[in-house]
Amino acid sequence: MPDINEMKKSILQYVIKEYAEEDDDVTFDTPLISGGLVDSFSMVSLKRFLEVKYKISIPDERATPEAFDNVTKIANLVLEYL
Amino acid sequence: MSNIGSYDDRLKNFSWSIAEKELGYKPGDTINIGWYCTDRICQLGKANKTALIWEGRDEDNMRKYSFNDLRILSNTFGAFLRSLGIHDGDRVCLFMDKVPELYIGFLGILKIGAVAQPLFSAFGDESLYVRLENAGTKAIITTRKHASKVQKILDKLPKLEHIIVIDDEGKKALKEKEIAFLLDKATPVEHFDVFPAKAESHSLLHYTSGTTGQPKGVKHVHYSLISQYLTAKWVLDLLDDDIYWCTADPGWVTGTSYGIIGPWSLGITQCVKDSGFSAETWYRFIEKHKISMWYSAPTAIRSLMKAGNEVVRQFDLSSLRHLASVGEPLNAEAVIWSDKMIGKPFHDTYWQTETGSIMITNFPGMKIRPGSMGKAFPGLTSAILDADTFEPITEVNKPGLIAFRFDWPARLRTYWNNQETFDKKFKNGWYITGDRSTIDKDGYFWFIGRDDDVINTGGHLVSPFEVESALLEHEAVAESAVVAKPDEVNMEVVKAFVTLKPGFVASDELELEIMNFIRKKLSPLAMPQEIEYMDLLPKTRSGKIMRRVLHAKEWGEEIGDISTLEND
Repeated sequence: MPDINEMKKSILQYVIKEYAEEDDDVTFDTPLISGGLVDSFSMVSLKRFLEVKYKISIPDERATPEAFDNVTKIANLVLEYL
Repeated sequence: MSNIGSYDDRLKNFSWSIAEKELGYKPGDTINIGWYCTDRICQLGKANKTALIWEGRDEDNMRKYSFNDLRILSNTFGAFLRSLGIHDGDRVCLFMDKVPELYIGFLGILKIGAVAQPLFSAFGDESLYVRLENAGTKAIITTRKHASKVQKILDKLPKLEHIIVIDDEGKKALKEKEIAFLLDKATPVEHFDVFPAKAESHSLLHYTSGTTGQPKGVKHVHYSLISQYLTAKWVLDLLDDDIYWCTADPGWVTGTSYGIIGPWSLGITQCVKDSGFSAETWYRFIEKHKISMWYSAPTAIRSLMKAGNEVVRQFDLSSLRHLASVGEPLNAEAVIWSDKMIGKPFHDTYWQTETGSIMITNFPGMKIRPGSMGKAFPGLTSAILDADTFEPITEVNKPGLIAFRFDWPARLRTYWNNQETFDKKFKNGWYITGDRSTIDKDGYFWFIGRDDDVINTGGHLVSPFEVESALLEHEAVAESAVVAKPDEVNMEVVKAFVTLKPGFVASDELELEIMNFIRKKLSPLAMPQEIEYMDLLPKTRSGKIMRRVLHAKEWGEEIGDISTLEND
């Protein structure tokens, strides 16, 4: 089982690399979906990243804008499927 | 009683001069949309009325502007653009999130007679490039966050003279062609010489996607105001004391026709929320600002449904008086759900970037037929045409092409630098929309689908050709075919089929890499939500990829005639 703090760091790093623009300040609790950093279409690629990296399958009904709204919430969701 | 009153009476007595008279316009007069949305409203005694309530990602970050503020600030923006040598006919792109400067800059561009070219801020550098290059854009107004995308393609855009950065606070050195312009620090311009636009003066260039070729620039003119004013009044039913929220981004036509021009030409207060989607955020926004008229999209409505009824029950949405929807067909379940949970049904509206204003709708005061598009706006001559003869179908409930006589004020005037494609939109004197529907015995239209391969995802059109071309630029992709895949929330999403070059192995990691490649190059909308690896793509004997075979597979339809299939 991966350490949750390591997992959060890894997810945050990916979010910054893939979705953040210059000067965006992204932390574990930055609102990603409601804040407009990751839109609903891009959320699909973020979900796919989590599934590939952690070798899990997140059901579509659990991949909601609320569940993906910050890195902490995402890490908790991933933990449920490990 | 709704603004439109009796639909049947309006049909009998309709003339676009109704709008002209209300706007104090006579044929031959000047008609500058920027002036009509600001100066004229002030002249009508509403200078101190709130025009815009803007809220950022953080709900405490809020700004309010009166119509007099809009007037002065759009003058100020216009004066700045003129000082750069930008004048009537020049294309000026707006490329930013939904910040107040987007709305004010739009009006400033129109006030100097230049052409506003709004582009969705999530576009990647390739999508941005093809649209700026096609338009021969002279200046782009953007924010520091998005300026880096412009810098990436600057070398390929010799006609782009200025990159105007509206939030540069001098922390970093400006890059090539960049100019900082802080609207709130600029000297306010009280009196301004507004460009005397005539009815046919070019106002707007919105880009839309087709089945083949690059995106098309849809040319609109200042006279579009006539349609936009009257449809905002009769369809959106806007009243003087309404608080209005149009959720569309001005990068798309709804965001300009009904997120700027329609409501402000009527002197209506509107709210803008610059953030992403969350059901709680949206409901809270309605409750907080007591929004009374809400214009949104089926994708958003279905996402709200998906968030659950418990969420909606937590908020007081009793301020809502009228709801409308646009983008893709509004399913009956969404209409029934909103009536039950919000207390008002969403009214579907149908139109296109090309039409510039609402064409078919369930009118306020008229009984909604859930799942139906409604009836044609008065003054329009509409028909369902036979796809072979292009003659009107008189038989009820028989599918055909939605078409209109080309005579309403907001119609496109041409495709920018592409008259040939524009000319192909007409058959027997009808403007062909490219959408198919039926008409029932009472005159209600019922949407069926597109008549081409264009993908409608969340209300936005995506060209399969554009995505296929971009896929081929990925080092692993040998061949590609892109089709629509059914989706519960977005109606359709992009699905790609690819074959790989020798040396590349199909894997989940590669799929993710290709998805992100397209997302950054084109846009999140264009990103395939699924990529299927194939050994061979279905092709005709002449080598043309048969998209319809793949489309049929995705939708569980009959494949049809495959006698020309090469590799069956």
